[in-house]
Amino acid sequence: MKFGIGQPVTRKEDPKFLTGRGRYVDDIELPNMTHGYVLRSIHANAIINSIDVNSAKNSPGVISVLTGEDYAADEIGSITCDSINPMLSKGEPQLRPHPALIKDAVKCVGAPVAFVVAETLVQAKDAAELIQIDYEILPSVTSVLSVREKDTPIVWEGTENNISFTFGIGNEGDVAEAMKNARHITKATIVNNRITTNSMEPRSSIGAYNKGEDKLTLYSSNQSPNRVRSELAHTILHIPENKLQVISPDVGGGFGMKGGFYGEDVLVLWASRKLGRPVKWTSERLESFVTDSHARDVVADCEMVFDADGKVTGLRVSADYSVGAYVAPSGGISPMFFTLLLSGVYAIPAISVVTRCQFTNTISTAPYRGAGRPEAAFVLERLMDMAAQELGTDPVELRRKNMIKSDQMPYQTALMHAYDSGEFEQIMDEAVEKSEWHSFQSRREKSKIGGKIRGIGLASYLEGAAPFNERMEIRFDPGGDVTIVAGTHSHGQGHETVYSQMVSEFLGVPFESIRLIQGDTDKVAMGRGTVGSRSMTVGGSALHLAAEEIIEKGKKIAGHLLEAGETDIEFDSGVFSVAGTDKQINIVEVAKSSYTLVMWPPHLGMGLEGIGTFNPGMGNFPNGCQIAEVEIDPETGKVELVNLVIVGDVGTVINPLLLEGQIHGGITQGVGQATLENIVYEGKSGQLLSASFQDYTMPRADDLPLYDVSSHPVPTTTNPLGVKGAGETGTVGAPAAVLNAIVNALSSVGVKDIEMPATSEKVWQALQNAA
Amino acid sequence: MDVKLTINGEEKSASVPPETTLLRLLREEFNLTGAKIGCDVGDCGACTVIVDGIATNSCLMLAGQVQGRSIETIEGLANMDDYHPLQKNFEDLGSLQCGFCGPGIILSAKQLLDDNPDPNKEEIQDALAGNLCRCTGYTKIVEAVADAAREMRGNREAA
Repeated sequence: MKFGIGQPVTRKEDPKFLTGRGRYVDDIELPNMTHGYVLRSIHANAIINSIDVNSAKNSPGVISVLTGEDYAADEIGSITCDSINPMLSKGEPQLRPHPALIKDAVKCVGAPVAFVVAETLVQAKDAAELIQIDYEILPSVTSVLSVREKDTPIVWEGTENNISFTFGIGNEGDVAEAMKNARHITKATIVNNRITTNSMEPRSSIGAYNKGEDKLTLYSSNQSPNRVRSELAHTILHIPENKLQVISPDVGGGFGMKGGFYGEDVLVLWASRKLGRPVKWTSERLESFVTDSHARDVVADCEMVFDADGKVTGLRVSADYSVGAYVAPSGGISPMFFTLLLSGVYAIPAISVVTRCQFTNTISTAPYRGAGRPEAAFVLERLMDMAAQELGTDPVELRRKNMIKSDQMPYQTALMHAYDSGEFEQIMDEAVEKSEWHSFQSRREKSKIGGKIRGIGLASYLEGAAPFNERMEIRFDPGGDVTIVAGTHSHGQGHETVYSQMVSEFLGVPFESIRLIQGDTDKVAMGRGTVGSRSMTVGGSALHLAAEEIIEKGKKIAGHLLEAGETDIEFDSGVFSVAGTDKQINIVEVAKSSYTLVMWPPHLGMGLEGIGTFNPGMGNFPNGCQIAEVEIDPETGKVELVNLVIVGDVGTVINPLLLEGQIHGGITQGVGQATLENIVYEGKSGQLLSASFQDYTMPRADDLPLYDVSSHPVPTTTNPLGVKGAGETGTVGAPAAVLNAIVNALSSVGVKDIEMPATSEKVWQALQNAA
Repeated sequence: MDVKLTINGEEKSASVPPETTLLRLLREEFNLTGAKIGCDVGDCGACTVIVDGIATNSCLMLAGQVQGRSIETIEGLANMDDYHPLQKNFEDLGSLQCGFCGPGIILSAKQLLDDNPDPNKEEIQDALAGNLCRCTGYTKIVEAVADAAREMRGNREAA
């Protein structure tokens, strides 16, 4: 089947994107639309004594200037975190719900203080400059490392420390016991630096109030429109959910950062309802840096315990994770994955993890591709390399000794998760072979002759994917064409293509006849959007169930049309037939007949459609091995990534062409963190220093090698398709593989460790210090 | 101020405030939204269009500077039924994902191939270094540009 599951089908989405006809929120112009601008705090921690908006209100073109006082007066609700896993949480979380306009005290640079609405954006910005705010500046803390120090400033006055919530799991007693009997303990404090998503499309929102219908419409660049509708309707606007329509059209990259709603979504809706006109807000890039949720930013004290055979007998991790000043709605997700996935691909009998989630005077952290899993993989894979160095053993063999073997599946870890499948050792061996690991020494020698320092590093990793249940619809229209209505949301992944492949295979209908509807809550009854590498698993499996429902209904209709009993009807490749006869009818004809106007039996209903819902349980565990090879120029400190091999297990592969793209992109974001990207706040003032593409360097086309990607699929038993998540796996392994390669290179000249990102400057400094 | 220019072969005019950039002129006056506002300061290349044969960040050029000049945008490169070889090869390899950076990247690549019909990998990477993409890791984009170059050379020889 040319368009079926497993084929490298090109994308249905491409024609519009390739010809510039994609339609993102900022491309939408509504009649009579106004433009909003958010005035933000310029201080990291300050009390607002007064705000004077009078001059701004009289500025040309200004329609309205809204402040936190207005917000409170209109009883608009506060944004709060709803993602604290109660099974992990120790003690009472301090979540600090916050309004979308702040009235009394700002807790980070970029906190929203006023919303100016004008006829044009330029007029709104001009007016915002006229707003006078009297701030009383307080000390601030932006670094999670500083939070660990004594006498650190307190973000929320009146509390004893900066802890928002704490996650803990494992058996400390077992770990203590392992320590008593240890032959060797590798101890390290491992820092995972703060980074930001930088989707190429900045966030954008339009609120439009229809007074006649008393209905609000939100156009918003987000990944989960139905979830956004629920939360905005119930907790923020206090309106019935069916009075709010959320449309997420083409979205220019999300990566988790656009997983939920933001304060600006609230502001455009609220302002539109007040003013009776559509209000658009689009983030400027500077604003994206300052206000999009950031990610990672965790520092972990780690102790990995070994016995005399080199087997890991225990692991203790005590970590501090920055959640920013205001806990984001999904602010509990990344610390949760970090805490839960610290067994990785290894059989570790005793693990104890405590993750303290700390307030800092920074913007919120929230999921960004990987969301806690890259951090966990980084801890484990750095520890493995450090231990190999300390024990004088080969890093591949040390990992092999400790890996969960495929015949141990299903495997219950010492933490919450039980893995259903995986061939970690075979995958590592494939990657070792592809990377020509064993002939590395000769390449190192060659580099040395050219004055360069070469290093190689690997990371074997695992992640948890595919949370929450999902709902999908398949329906035939009276013309016999097919529409999929998806609860998921594609924003670059190519769902229209892969879902069409699936439905084409399940139902035997032409690939070309299938269309996808998504991203509009008036059309999609329910769905949880696309986050957490879930769509192929939960969307695909729900589609499978919807197709089965259609086949069952189709059998009844075919029985009627072929004058046979329903139980005698068989279905294969798009054709219903009467068993043992040559009587048959195509599913498309069955579908058309199902809309027959008169003389149609009542018990056959009208139309042919199916709804599938699928619950993934604990999800699945994509895994892989990445091996990076780098060459460092000691004159400049520049790190060149010369090769990156990945062998990955994402279960059944639906479309290898699109899978490659997911892996490439994921790897690149990990490479970016390891070598280039870093969010930096100035220590004293709390100003964001890395707030442009000049200061926050993302990988560019000339920074990267062409990756060597291959699949080692081990289908999962936990869903009917055997698929595992694919969207995040590249990002999970890359930072550790690349940093291990860099440390491998540097350690050959006496540098023991380096923190991410290993920029030219940092590498050069380290080389100078070692010399 | 009044601006007259040629866009995708058609003469156009508009009256806009003097601070209007070429990017906003295209998007807001002519509804050509293929060029995107990715950073508005010339760092990301999402707004790339071709001005008199040169790939240009349209966010850094004022409307007044394009008086009488000729602009090519993604909308004029080809239509939905008749792709430019770059578009065809981007589709064949699945080079784009979210699509936001695509128009700019395709136009930067077009200028490269107009100037250099046979670029090597490093030359392609260099030509695209001004265009940020967050989704793809560039691998399939670089490969598609190489494939398109090959195809265009073949077409030229056949002609």
